[in-house]
Amino acid sequence: MDERNFTYMFYGFAAVWLCLAAYVVSLAAREKRLRQQLDGLRKLVEDRGEKR
Amino acid sequence: MRERFIILFTGFAAVLLVRNLYVMLVKLPDEAAQGAIFRIIFFHVPAAWTSFLCFFAAFVCSILYLAKRNLRYDAVALATTEVGLAFAAGNLITGMIWGRIIWGIWWTWDPRLTSMLICWLLYAGYLMLRRAVEEPSQRARISAVLSIFAFVDVPIVFFSIKWWRTQHPQPVVWGGGTMDPSYWNMLFLNWVPLILLAVVLILIRLRQEEAQREIDAVRRWAHAL
Repeated sequence: MDERNFTYMFYGFAAVWLCLAAYVVSLAAREKRLRQQLDGLRKLVEDRGEKR
Repeated sequence: MRERFIILFTGFAAVLLVRNLYVMLVKLPDEAAQGAIFRIIFFHVPAAWTSFLCFFAAFVCSILYLAKRNLRYDAVALATTEVGLAFAAGNLITGMIWGRIIWGIWWTWDPRLTSMLICWLLYAGYLMLRRAVEEPSQRARISAVLSIFAFVDVPIVFFSIKWWRTQHPQPVVWGGGTMDPSYWNMLFLNWVPLILLAVVLILIRLRQEEAQREIDAVRRWAHAL
């Protein structure tokens, strides 16, 4: 019981960090999408500028 | 300025967390009845408080959005809801792990557990709803109404252990629960880094939302050229 008690305590600690880590990963993925959108936008503005 | 706050808060939170983990695992003794698993409370309760603070901020910003129609309030409501949901998930999962050892079950349809799960689902629904509506002002208006409605559940979660007979322990801050002062101090000391982390995550998410809005505006302008 005692060993299991201790193991589950670590599972609990890990669970909090995993939840926050999952959110940080989602933030990083969103950051990457924003950069891709920005690159696409830069290209679009350059193309429009050349056409004019 | 915002970058400086993010770095400063992250550093401060990291130092505090390392210090708290050391005290929690090395200095504080096991609780007499529950043993080592009791230490889960140092993350379980502050995670709940942090999520409630975030949901309260989302509630206030949603009211402000409906009153002033400024999309900045909508962005803050979105950022605080997302971060609050991450902390609420941490609270629910740590509670389940504690319950597995103390109650012998992962889950029970107890008023506190059920109302917290409903709270999580309501705010998850808020985020799903936002994806379903394209037009920004319409999305902000509908989301603000849902956020205000969802916040009604937060006091229900808080008071559920007072209003109904429940398996969940009585509150240690206000109610029948008691705790040794050294545990008590750790509970509050560990809340500080979690709040700092929440602020950092909100600032990062807010920056992303602002960048997204600027990109959308420039795209509309570029198409109009």
